[in-house]
Amino acid sequence: MTVGAWEAFWLIVHREMRLSFRRPEQLLQPLVFFLIVTTLFPLGLSLQLSLLRDIAPGVLWVAALLSSLLSLDSLFKSDADDGTLEQLALSGHGLTVIVAAKTLAHWLLTGLALVLVSPIVGTALGIPTEAFATMLLSLAMGTLTLSWLGAIGAGLTIGLRRGNVLLSLIVLPLATPLLIFGAAATERAISGASVVGALYFLAALCVFTCTLAPFAAAAALRITLE
Amino acid sequence: MWTWFYKLASPPYVFGAAAALAPWLFGAAALAIAYGLIAGLGIAPPDYQQGEAFRMIYVHVPSAILSVTVYTVMAVASAVALIWRIKVGHAVAAASAPIGASFTLMTLVTGSLWGRPMWGTYWAWDPRLTSELILLFLYVGVMSLRSAFEDPARGDRAAALLAVVGVVNVPIVHFSVVWWNSLHQGATIVTLEGPKMPGSMLWPLLSMWLGFMLFYGAVLCIRVQGEVLNRERQSAWVREAIKS
Amino acid sequence: MSDFWSMGGYARYVWPCFGFAGIVLLWNIWSARRHLDAAKIRAARALAMAASEAP
Repeated sequence: MTVGAWEAFWLIVHREMRLSFRRPEQLLQPLVFFLIVTTLFPLGLSLQLSLLRDIAPGVLWVAALLSSLLSLDSLFKSDADDGTLEQLALSGHGLTVIVAAKTLAHWLLTGLALVLVSPIVGTALGIPTEAFATMLLSLAMGTLTLSWLGAIGAGLTIGLRRGNVLLSLIVLPLATPLLIFGAAATERAISGASVVGALYFLAALCVFTCTLAPFAAAAALRITLE
Repeated sequence: MWTWFYKLASPPYVFGAAAALAPWLFGAAALAIAYGLIAGLGIAPPDYQQGEAFRMIYVHVPSAILSVTVYTVMAVASAVALIWRIKVGHAVAAASAPIGASFTLMTLVTGSLWGRPMWGTYWAWDPRLTSELILLFLYVGVMSLRSAFEDPARGDRAAALLAVVGVVNVPIVHFSVVWWNSLHQGATIVTLEGPKMPGSMLWPLLSMWLGFMLFYGAVLCIRVQGEVLNRERQSAWVREAIKS
Repeated sequence: MSDFWSMGGYARYVWPCFGFAGIVLLWNIWSARRHLDAAKIRAARALAMAASEAP
């Protein structure tokens, strides 16, 4: 029974989600990390909520970035370790489809989870609820873009010693425009200024990355696997 | 006409051409930089606002332009190597990376020293300086990735892909001066109304720019010889080539 | 002439600035030469090993 590209895509997404839900503790790790990191800032700075608000967008975004990075290492690793990745590559569906499916699953499990938890974190950092819509939207687009950038980095660093560190070293500089626009959007929402410009730039980055990154990530896998 | 292009893909040809070109490029670079320094330090009048401190522009701006240009050359060479499987492209990319990183460091340090008297601070997180710092991280990433692989050919290809992906950051650096308000001077050299600097200040700057470009070419010639040798160690032509 | 060296009072920024630029340029030349010499030595060694292994 041959399977079309769309079917293969959703099959892989489904597989990733089911495999991950067998170990729910693994799913919680990035979320807990997110909460811990954001807690560190008020503890380290011992600020009142009103002063914390000034640094809140940046803290939120840096924490989200780092939490996403944590889980990127496992994007291809377990499949590469037991040979499943090569089987998928040989399956004839094209690495691009496979990579796209795995990355979407990763975002649903990590990035989207971070977005859903962010109102709690935002409140803890003093972000007013009027800014939540912008915060959620910017984080959603940002984490999706980051999942894609991370897929490229993960593809390049599978199986390398200290691959984790190298992955962060590669992905973080590429993610800085995301951070700039995302934090700026949230900050403008807090101060009441227009968020439209920043959000448009963020959306542009997101669309650009989602369009081109699958091919780059597939190319990265091809380099690593051959 | 295309035979010239095909020759560039041949490692022994590139090795020989680089060896022959290097002294000329060094000589031309020395002349351009000498004129730039003499005219820039001695002849150009002090700036109305910044006084003598503006002279730091004569190393800061050329190194900034070079840091971005070299990355672009590295990315183009990487793309050529990946698409047409021309190994010389990897040699050029690998040779360019440390040179570009050193120019990026030069930009950051000279910019910091220039910033202190002008803006009162050794460092400001303005978009231009920050982008230059990110560019340094990108260079380090490419160099680290290349050296992390046990198989040098695979390392070359991985680093090449990363260079091509990273080059998207290069236009963001260029346009960040336009996109945001910042402490940095606006684009002084090329604007729609023509350069804002008077000629006596501009010519030494252009000469330093040219000199740095020629210098990059010269150093590239030396480094690319080594990179080609490292990738072609077993080939027959190497025996003759290293006798020099 | 002392006006030139003092650079309008900014000497302690201007001269280290040019000095660092000069150091970077010199480092580039030195490092490239060292890289090429090492590559030639490694190539010679590889050729010698291949020659000694040949039947």
